[in-house]
Amino acid sequence: MGIYIDIDKCTGCKLCVSACPYGAVEVVDGKARFTDDCTSCGACVGSCKFGAIVLEVQRKEEVDTSLYSGVWVLAETHDGKLADVTLELLSEGRKLADELVTEVSLVLAGQNVEGLAQIAAQYGADKVYLVEHETLAQYRTDPFTSVICGLINKHKPEIVLIGATTMGRDLASRIAARIGAGLTADCTGLAIDPETRLLQQTRPAFGGNVMATIQCRNARPQMSTVRPRVMKKAQPDASRTAEIIRETVNLNEKSIATKIIEIIKEEGTDAIDVQDAEIIVSGGRGLRKAENFALIRELAEVIGAAVGASRATVDAGWIPAYHQVGQTGKTVQPKLYIACGISGAVQHLAGMGSSDCIVAINSDPDAPIFGVAHYGIVGDLFEVVPALTRKLKQELGQ
Amino acid sequence: MNIIVSIKQVPDTTEVKIDPVTNTLVREGVPSIINPFDENAIECALQLVEKHGGKVTVITMGPPQAEQALRDALAMGADEAILVCDRAFAGSDTLATSYTLSQTVKKIADYDLIICGKQAFDGDTAQVGPGLAEHLGIPQVTYAIDLEVEGKKAKVKRLLSDRFEIVETRLPCLITVVKQMNEPRHGSLKNVMKARKKEIPSWTAEDIGADTGRCGLNGSPTNVVRVFAPQRHSQGERLEGEAAEVVEQLVGKLREKQVI
Repeated sequence: MGIYIDIDKCTGCKLCVSACPYGAVEVVDGKARFTDDCTSCGACVGSCKFGAIVLEVQRKEEVDTSLYSGVWVLAETHDGKLADVTLELLSEGRKLADELVTEVSLVLAGQNVEGLAQIAAQYGADKVYLVEHETLAQYRTDPFTSVICGLINKHKPEIVLIGATTMGRDLASRIAARIGAGLTADCTGLAIDPETRLLQQTRPAFGGNVMATIQCRNARPQMSTVRPRVMKKAQPDASRTAEIIRETVNLNEKSIATKIIEIIKEEGTDAIDVQDAEIIVSGGRGLRKAENFALIRELAEVIGAAVGASRATVDAGWIPAYHQVGQTGKTVQPKLYIACGISGAVQHLAGMGSSDCIVAINSDPDAPIFGVAHYGIVGDLFEVVPALTRKLKQELGQ
Repeated sequence: MNIIVSIKQVPDTTEVKIDPVTNTLVREGVPSIINPFDENAIECALQLVEKHGGKVTVITMGPPQAEQALRDALAMGADEAILVCDRAFAGSDTLATSYTLSQTVKKIADYDLIICGKQAFDGDTAQVGPGLAEHLGIPQVTYAIDLEVEGKKAKVKRLLSDRFEIVETRLPCLITVVKQMNEPRHGSLKNVMKARKKEIPSWTAEDIGADTGRCGLNGSPTNVVRVFAPQRHSQGERLEGEAAEVVEQLVGKLREKQVI
């Protein structure tokens, strides 16, 4: 594995110099060359208009796995806060690291994010690799990939975890392809095999009909994306601290191909993200029409729940896709999931089947949703849901 | 504008089950379809070509029977289709698959845009699109709900979990699309007839100049060590009676379990 410059193709144009986050390319006598600071992060490869830089992907049989140690979590931040999934993964990473007798580190890339390092420590991080730069203020594939690949090549973690969010999936796939790492998507279970020390990654496939355990014997790091709300967040320990390792990078906006022009947030009172919610009230085709989602919203409001929806209602245009729970929507694992008028197609069950407590309200006694429900009510949702809303209002003293 | 759409033939996932005795996948009699998100990718490509001119080439890596998925894509209106098929590709994980597809794209050479569905319906990884972009060294924009091309630039609206993001990038690039982007068309009679007769070349590892050490099992860092049926908890409790009565019972149970 390595990176090299094809001297015959190099024109000495210096585009790679400004693209290098680690300041490790120089042009001497009209030809580019790498200094000792090169991390093989690959940022320069795409910047070269002449195809003169070649990054060789490491082959799994060439990897000396004994050089790799430590568990890393790649941070996702939103509006100056660590995403819940990052805290969940630090908690899970801590358990894995304890079994391996190694350290947990958080890679924290962004702008003005140093303050988050202390929070990471409380959830289990021993070290925080801090990379701050204005071009990292919003997540973008290119600069994040290059910066993190550089850090991985330099410090060699054996395990790298990231949330299976839109950001995590976008980033992890790109990193894994660049460095030849093994990557398992959407894990719902992680464990260490005590004999081989390999990470056992369990995930659903075929719409949740099948579970598969996957491992990565030779390549390193072993990378997993993990669905939000699958791992449990630990109790924060305020006495813990983490060593902060500041990594200086030199990024140039001009070398980044993708610009973010605008961010549009969805407005609306019921826009609690189902993935963040402890309680979800979901509506399905049994609601019969868009207006009847009002029943769901009312109940959700009383118990501080997010509003979820089945695929059928989203496809029918009754509610925005943002609310959709299921294989093609979001995976959720709330404390309480109340399914109203949802039959429970496999696609839906794949997205909510592991909720702590499931209540199903449906008029069809044979609906598959009852197969996963802890409490099933066979009845007319137009009677049961308003009755439940009234009862809870009363109970909660509203 | 030349567009490559990379598709996958998948089993209709709702019908896949685990054999409880052998613990292996039961795939017999399970119909194969084009991955539904890939139909959105094809539709997106067709619309762009209708607007800007050019052609749509559909590629897939898979067994010989994956040719049917390519014919279905031709029936929708794609101009060309290429099957990438070799025993050397068997057992590919997402890294090996994206490498193989990148070699295919390099052989096609002339393209402005690659479009993929956001993920496949069977594996749900969403890893092959970005992997392909990485092997080609081109920018990627995932989860596109809207895409406009102007000159050498693409303007993309992305659908993220709690927001939309509008980004601009240069061509060539790779875009993955969500199902909300469009409504895939059905094949016209004319295209269905044409698709039936169209010759679909089948390229081997050698044809695409692939390093077989990076294909199939050899090139796959991950491997499946076990498949099993998911555990569903045992039958739950049915609450029966008048609405007011069952609600009373339910709230009592939820209180007891401390979920409210």
